[in-house]
Amino acid sequence: MTDHELETDVLVVGGGMAAAWAAIGAAREGAEVVLVDKGFVGTSGVTANAGPGHWWVPPDPALREAAIEKRLQSAYGLAEKAWAERVIDTTWRTLPQLAAYYPFSLDGDGKVYYAGVRGPEYVRALRRYAVDLGVRVLDHYPALELLTHADGSVAGAAGYARLERRAWTIRSAATVLATGGCAFRSGLIGSHTNTGDGHLMAAEAGADLSGMEFSTIYTLSPAWCSTRTLPYTAARFFDAAGAELDIPPPMSDSAHHLALATAMLAGPVFADLSEAPEALKPILRRIQPATIAPFERRGVRLFEDRFEVKLFGEGTIRGTGGLRVIDDDCQTTVRGLFAAGDAATRELVVGASSGGGSPNSAWALTSGQVAGVAAASLAATEGRRAGDRVFGQGRAGLRPRAQPAPIDEESAVKAVKDEMLSYDKAFWRTQTSLQAADTRLNAIWDELAGHRLADGLDQVAARETAALVATARWSTRAALSRHETRGLHVRADKPNLDPHGARRLLVGGLETVWTRFETPVRQALKPELAI
Amino acid sequence: MIAHIFEDLCDGCETCVSACPTHVLDAAPGGGAPVIARLDQCQTCFLCELYCPQDAIFVGPDQTRAETIDPTAIRASGLLGQMRRDHLWDAEAGALEPLSEYWRLGPFLMGGAQIAAKRYASRHERAKATDPK
Repeated sequence: MTDHELETDVLVVGGGMAAAWAAIGAAREGAEVVLVDKGFVGTSGVTANAGPGHWWVPPDPALREAAIEKRLQSAYGLAEKAWAERVIDTTWRTLPQLAAYYPFSLDGDGKVYYAGVRGPEYVRALRRYAVDLGVRVLDHYPALELLTHADGSVAGAAGYARLERRAWTIRSAATVLATGGCAFRSGLIGSHTNTGDGHLMAAEAGADLSGMEFSTIYTLSPAWCSTRTLPYTAARFFDAAGAELDIPPPMSDSAHHLALATAMLAGPVFADLSEAPEALKPILRRIQPATIAPFERRGVRLFEDRFEVKLFGEGTIRGTGGLRVIDDDCQTTVRGLFAAGDAATRELVVGASSGGGSPNSAWALTSGQVAGVAAASLAATEGRRAGDRVFGQGRAGLRPRAQPAPIDEESAVKAVKDEMLSYDKAFWRTQTSLQAADTRLNAIWDELAGHRLADGLDQVAARETAALVATARWSTRAALSRHETRGLHVRADKPNLDPHGARRLLVGGLETVWTRFETPVRQALKPELAI
Repeated sequence: MIAHIFEDLCDGCETCVSACPTHVLDAAPGGGAPVIARLDQCQTCFLCELYCPQDAIFVGPDQTRAETIDPTAIRASGLLGQMRRDHLWDAEAGALEPLSEYWRLGPFLMGGAQIAAKRYASRHERAKATDPK
């Protein structure tokens, strides 16, 4: 048997930290695990280019209670305390396990520093750990669609191995989607592969999403290259005429980015980093080497010259929406299909706010392991059902509704970027602007779903485009349906919090997109399930 | 975007073909240096450079457009292998620990934000003090 057709207990789709932790979690339970990624496990996704700090609170009940209370206050009523507790505790117990693979150093107090890890070394460590546990890692194996049994449960996935140039099929007893969020091709570093592929595949199999309206969030970078933000937090900003702009400080609230977006709509904005912490300047290279290269290689002196900046959209990466999970195991509404990391909704922990990096990383680490363990358990009880017939669920790009015809895919992606990332549309959503976006995106979807038919390597691009458009439609429709301003969802025409709005908003559907508010009370997390 | 692969430095190991997360490179049909086949998919993450054990790849700083570089000048600039040196991936055992300064990231982020907050507050106090109303 070749890689064309494989069979396994657990299939993990994705190659970032959540996917790796899912594979590790499942393999530790004794399951046979195959992990397929669109890119390379070690460089794929946003974590590999970042430096994720994890939510890091020692096991002192008072400290943890305080950390969770603080987090819940910014969650706008959509998070759950039990999930926050589980995420903090799992993170605290998990990271030290990487010591054999990651070169942890000491912090300023002489203690081992676990909370923050650098992206390339972190994902490389996760890969090595997974491989040592017996996980079979298949790089450049983008999944194109999910397979289901006749009863609707997920039976694996099919895809295209892009280095080997051949189709593959993997049958699995349980499948974990950890395909990341969607940044709508904003150019955000690491996000080129984050096109919402898992959202699309899952929706085709019948899953729904939640929190997709919480997708307006940006990161500041030089205009010519998206980097990490470490050197920019003390920046002063100037317009093209050299007049200093009055920009509220970062890390307070959204006022910083709103003011920058307003200025950028009027003309180019320049940053001056000369007031950055003095001690940072000589050692930035030791902390974030990749942030220096775009300056050094352009002849721009990072801490001396003024340079143009812009905001790169994060979409649902630092935004919170994603696949809805319906139980303590991170299972979606589809039997046998689990979601983890940014592919899943992070509302459970951060509600309507981004959460910044650290709860997000802790969520990816925890949900990955939770999903992996649960997938292994399902595989052990239900078996592989290898003799059952399976059905490919992929539609747009693979099985068009009507006669195949050429599609202007570049224009489709451009329209998604325009509707989802333009500062005026994102920061000042209105009924009118959202309705216009909805109409435009629906028309593009009808074209793609109706006529796009790809084969070979072209299938990967076709499915990425379809996923981008589908994800943009869900975000837009969710934003239209939430008639208030809450956290990351800012409606210029509905600037207030609706007193009855602390409910999760579900969205789904492909031909026709639907939304509905979730019943307010979710089933409480069972404490004995903490892993 | 990726700008050049130095054929004389490349030993044809194809690590970069695999390590590139966005499938920019194809292995050369007859072996040797890989081919930049899909430049439009390059996100300028510099990770191919980090993974290249031969220091044979140069990524330009601009992610918005293709860049032409002068290979001789790049070779002379000392920038080849910069990513790998800066990340200390080839450091000898007992040498500088690759991540010994990494814990300072958080404090520096906050320190910068505090500088900005203080400046903003004093600017607005000054404005208030000089406001004729």
